[in-house]
Amino acid sequence: MANNHLTSESKQLATWYLTFAAILFGAQLLFGLIAAIQYVMPGFLYGILDFSIARILHINALVVWMVFAMFGSVYWLLPDETGIETIGIKVGKLAYWVFVAAIVVVVLVFLLIQVGPASDTTIWFITEGREYIEAPRWADIGIVVVALTFVANLFLTGMKGKQTGIVTVLMADMIAFAGLYLAGMFFTDNISVDQYWWWWVIHLWVEATWEVFVGAIAAYGLITMIGAHRKVVEMWLWIEVAMLFGSGILGMGHHYFWIGTPEYWWEIGALFSALEPLPLVAMFVHVLYDWGKTQGAQNANGDETSVITNKPAFIWFVLNAFGNFLGAGVWGFFHTLPQINLYTHGTQFTSAHGHLAFFGAYATILVGMMYLAVQGKNGIKVMKNTKTSIWAVSMITGGVMGMTVALTIAGYVQVIVSRAQMGATWAAYFDGQSGVWFTQAMDWRLIMGVITFLGFLLLAKDLLTTGKNPVHER
Amino acid sequence: MANKSVWSDNRFWQRSATWVTGFAAILLIWLTFDTSAQISMGTDKDIQNKVTKRVPGPTVINYKITYERSPKRGLEVPIIGGNDGKGNSLFQEKEKFFGRDDWSEKEARAMLHLGKLGSQAKNCMDCHTLLGNGAYYAPDLTKSWLDPMWEDGTMQAIIGGTLGKELSKEEAMAEFLQHPELYPTHARQMPNLGITKKEAIGIVAFLKQMSSIDTNGFPRNFGKMKGAINGK
Repeated sequence: MANNHLTSESKQLATWYLTFAAILFGAQLLFGLIAAIQYVMPGFLYGILDFSIARILHINALVVWMVFAMFGSVYWLLPDETGIETIGIKVGKLAYWVFVAAIVVVVLVFLLIQVGPASDTTIWFITEGREYIEAPRWADIGIVVVALTFVANLFLTGMKGKQTGIVTVLMADMIAFAGLYLAGMFFTDNISVDQYWWWWVIHLWVEATWEVFVGAIAAYGLITMIGAHRKVVEMWLWIEVAMLFGSGILGMGHHYFWIGTPEYWWEIGALFSALEPLPLVAMFVHVLYDWGKTQGAQNANGDETSVITNKPAFIWFVLNAFGNFLGAGVWGFFHTLPQINLYTHGTQFTSAHGHLAFFGAYATILVGMMYLAVQGKNGIKVMKNTKTSIWAVSMITGGVMGMTVALTIAGYVQVIVSRAQMGATWAAYFDGQSGVWFTQAMDWRLIMGVITFLGFLLLAKDLLTTGKNPVHER
Repeated sequence: MANKSVWSDNRFWQRSATWVTGFAAILLIWLTFDTSAQISMGTDKDIQNKVTKRVPGPTVINYKITYERSPKRGLEVPIIGGNDGKGNSLFQEKEKFFGRDDWSEKEARAMLHLGKLGSQAKNCMDCHTLLGNGAYYAPDLTKSWLDPMWEDGTMQAIIGGTLGKELSKEEAMAEFLQHPELYPTHARQMPNLGITKKEAIGIVAFLKQMSSIDTNGFPRNFGKMKGAINGK
């Protein structure tokens, strides 16, 4: 774009990462819509783009856009935090293109080849067929190389420049994040062992390292957007790290109730995962508290203007604080105890939780980072809400919340009819699926999905037109 | 003036975070060693010696498998080769699998290997759940080997009727996997995924072995609910 106010190479690279993330976000929603239509009209694209393929693309686009946005967020904040330009940025840029090329190839293979014969070749070049990490083995290796490049950039920069609390947390967190991926890169005939390690990647990403990442980003956001005091913010960050890892690491037990693993995971999983919502409450309180505190201090000085320098980004950050608590915390707690999970495990309940948690905990804050990047790129001092930005955030949030409620109702029907009443068989499954409450819930999920997608289009429009919008203070 | 409290000291919280994380991680690693030993796959020798493993070896396909309540544990457990009346496996009663009940460990392992690979190569988990994990667009496969649809001969009759021959449970399953589009049971149909006969046999072996895994009573009351449902 013509008016680029960025002087930092690192921030430049961040905008590339965030842009590709936004494109993949759109793709995620599109494939989600296809899958949602298939629940309502099973014949839709049958034999051409079956549900399994739509869903693979839906969830993998989700994971990958978030990873892209996370890398982008780190490249964005590094110069601000460390006070120096990111080291090894040329390699970082090369890694970006390798990453993008790999993702494009993987998506094309998923779309056009879809499945392969039962052989190692399929695992290496077509699909690994393990939910969330279906990417074939060659791509796994590529992802590890790219992630290591990113971690190296982060470490070299963090060690040479000013090493703030935020940077220290990110360094520790990102190396764990990259390292854990290795746990998902082997094949075994033993499905219990398979799922045991599969959860090391999935759970320790989304319920541990990603959450800590969000804590660090929220801390950065509070400092840059409302001028919160670093000492306070970083103290909170360390408390959150202790609480998140303290509950989240052993909270993994709630995935080990029914996969062949010993019964002691019931107690461990129940106890620690029941504690998982606590840090999320703390994060929410912390964000609001800091906001009130800085605004109050400014008001006391006779200045009645807002302390927020980027309204849309701040809305997404506050939404994150609440959405994380509601989606990951409350909706997760609903079914985390083994006595309940025995009936809810593997139903739309999980899907309801998944939608609200991924949105509330991650999508929100990463969209907030996109707004921060747009602000910086266009040299805006104070970024204001626009009609489009308000409509976008309202429609996306309302849409996701609507989908979540619909899926929760569908989950209830499954739990009651398919599980409790009929005992979980094939016939029980389809009896639950045919119930009017279930089918109506699926209709509503589709409608809410469309609203979410329209909201996304408005979001894209708002982000793309910010540069020309005279409403913002420059 | 009082001294600054340790509770407002960032260093204190940084150290606390490090200790808590380290402690949790070490505990997880320790538990992983214990669990790994408990869920390692059994062998034919285990079955011969009547040793109950949480994940039995591949030759379990030579035996009859049921899913029954263990009074001691208060939940349903897989019973292999007959029940001693107290919820323990006897490892006696055999069951023919594709015409044989003497598959060697090597043969059975090869079938299981092909089946597990096939389950991934065909993305089973992105419509079905396995051990309750995956997608929710199609039935859970954890105990599908024991599903009444196959146990009471419903599916054998449908598939065998179409082909004009009598089929055993495993033969009918393999046939279904190769041509699912020919045997719809619901508006939501499984697509043809190009599964070969050999792959289908492997996948059925994988499903039978999976039904013998001790899943701590998940799913509960599987196939036990009979009688009036929805007034029918």
